[in-house]
Amino acid sequence: MADTAATITKRKPTAVVGGLHRRRAVGQIVVHVVLVLLVVIWTLPTLGVFVSSFRARDAVRETGWWSVFSTMDQLTLENYEQVLSGKPFTYVDSKGVERTARSDNMLGAFLNSMTVTIPAVVIPILIAAFAAYGFAWLKFPGRKIMFVAIVAILVVPLQISLIPILRDYQKLGLNGTFLGIWLAHTGFGLPLAVYLLFNYISTIPRSIMESAFIDGASHFTTFLRLILPLSVPALASFAIFQFLWVWNDLLVALVFLSGAGEGREVMTQRLLNMIGTRGQDWHLLTAGAFVSMALPVVVFFSLQRYFVRGLTAGSVKG
Amino acid sequence: MQPVPAILLEGVGMSDLGVERTTGPLQAVVAVVGRVLSAVFVPVVTFVVLYLGFVFLRDSGAPQIVVTIVAIVWGVGGVAGLYFVTNWLIEKLPTTWRSRFTPFLFVGPAIVILGWYLFLPTVRSLYLSFFGKFSNEFVGLENYVYVFTNRTMRTAFVNNLLWLVFGTGGAVISGLIVALLADRSKMEKVAKSFIFLPMAISFVGAGVIWKFMYTFRAAGQVQLGLLNAIITGFGAEPVNWLILRPWNSFFLIAIFIWLQTGFAMVILSASIKQVPSQLIEAARIDGAGEFRIVFQIIIPFIRGTIITVSTTILLLSLKVFDIVFAMTNGLFGTEVLASQQYKQMFKFLNYGRGSAIAIVILIAVIPVIWYNLRQFGQREVF
Repeated sequence: MADTAATITKRKPTAVVGGLHRRRAVGQIVVHVVLVLLVVIWTLPTLGVFVSSFRARDAVRETGWWSVFSTMDQLTLENYEQVLSGKPFTYVDSKGVERTARSDNMLGAFLNSMTVTIPAVVIPILIAAFAAYGFAWLKFPGRKIMFVAIVAILVVPLQISLIPILRDYQKLGLNGTFLGIWLAHTGFGLPLAVYLLFNYISTIPRSIMESAFIDGASHFTTFLRLILPLSVPALASFAIFQFLWVWNDLLVALVFLSGAGEGREVMTQRLLNMIGTRGQDWHLLTAGAFVSMALPVVVFFSLQRYFVRGLTAGSVKG
Repeated sequence: MQPVPAILLEGVGMSDLGVERTTGPLQAVVAVVGRVLSAVFVPVVTFVVLYLGFVFLRDSGAPQIVVTIVAIVWGVGGVAGLYFVTNWLIEKLPTTWRSRFTPFLFVGPAIVILGWYLFLPTVRSLYLSFFGKFSNEFVGLENYVYVFTNRTMRTAFVNNLLWLVFGTGGAVISGLIVALLADRSKMEKVAKSFIFLPMAISFVGAGVIWKFMYTFRAAGQVQLGLLNAIITGFGAEPVNWLILRPWNSFFLIAIFIWLQTGFAMVILSASIKQVPSQLIEAARIDGAGEFRIVFQIIIPFIRGTIITVSTTILLLSLKVFDIVFAMTNGLFGTEVLASQQYKQMFKFLNYGRGSAIAIVILIAVIPVIWYNLRQFGQREVF
């Protein structure tokens, strides 16, 4: 202790402060250079696809996307039009023959993704909120052991369920139905949902609820009128999680929905097929990729606050 | 018919049914019958309506937009409706039974679904993994012998290990670097948003983005992929990145890092903000350099968070499927466990081997389950 005190008094105070300032200024420049560099590296891949999705077929095939900045060639919305409507397009092939090819109908896949995603987000939230309330405020036998089991299966890989559940679905006729995939996503999302919502609901002060009970409200009414509205931040943060997870999921859709054929394909499946069949039609592939990203990106940025809050509440404490 | 205790009639049921309160025995019987009938009638109607919705969605050739709207209303409304109907039934019961059933209304659905979708499948997969291709003959450990000795499976194990080490390490380290830098910068918000953006993109979408980055054309042609354009710009030969063994696995891992860095960054950043600023200021005045501050103050302080983030990303890298499936379909030596499992199930229709791989993945996460439970036990929430 005496040592450090001595060294501090030995130095000239102004020199210390001046040195710190200079070092900090240099440091700030280094920080910003590295940070900008990282941001550029992280953004370039997406930017390339974004730019290409607005370029005409021939331009995409003949020059790299970065040349758009030097040649300023005509940008077009045609790729999106084709990808969304499935409108056929014509082109001149390498032998100079004019050909027509059918484009992909992503609008249908978009609607399918909506059909899968919205209930697959709302259903687990509802079930998990009820369960979280039950675990937090109701007394019943086996309460603790059941909750411990939920914590334990929080990280069980969903791969384990694919074969058994698929067999059940084949027996029950649920394979390839929307109900089947909603329930599957509900099952896989439920442990996290119950856990996150329990953490939130169990911290609501008991006195708030007791006043409701004194007024004669049942548990059901208290839950619907009081707890659910109070839990909106926690519900929102799980909702974003689940939305991104379901919208971007490929595996569950491939396993439980592909039995229904092309009519039920979701975005990720359609995009995967496009990679397979149009590996070199970059003008369509890039537009398709952006159509599939548009909604999650918008949702993500408009609700980022809740998402970050949910992440930090859910996993930092864990 | 037993005489009905007056107290029951005075309860909720009477007024619910809108029955006039009268004293005659006939009316009392009518009321009871009405209650029983309605208690049967309402659930039956609910189920019929829900089933008709199911059939409509399964078989109808209606325009897609109609199907979408009906499905959303039916799915969301159906679940809410089931809760309301069940609650309505429970509230018809005498008080003691009501309080006995209420907890099951709340936790029952969650327990049933978790049991069906995660708990039982663990047991069933374990069982199936000891049976042959069609699950009808007991083969003992044969599937596991295959899993650990087959050449493709060995590649999958090695690759998964690479994913675990480099995918997790890369994402956590780059997330930490960005979080530390952003914390010292005025453009924190903007920078973080850009790094964060890939989190909203699906693995398949990321597949398209990076396929475009890695695109290869024979030497002499115009390169469309940025990476090949850069290296040919320096005079090198273009490289077909995705079939270049063994490095192609690393090029796939780069995609994973690109996607997951944002996640690591957000959580680490929140944790860095909790380091007391006096601690850092004091170190600065004592003449500690920025690197020393990072390594001797900040990193020890956020150690717990680093472990949690690493665990989460580790679990993800263990189950990675979509990236490999979309980029190379597991060809050129890029196979991982999850893609092998998918192939065993759907390409070779070998349920025994598929289940055995799933069990191996489960065994790999058991330490995390154990750790979670220990943490949970210490928190004493109950």
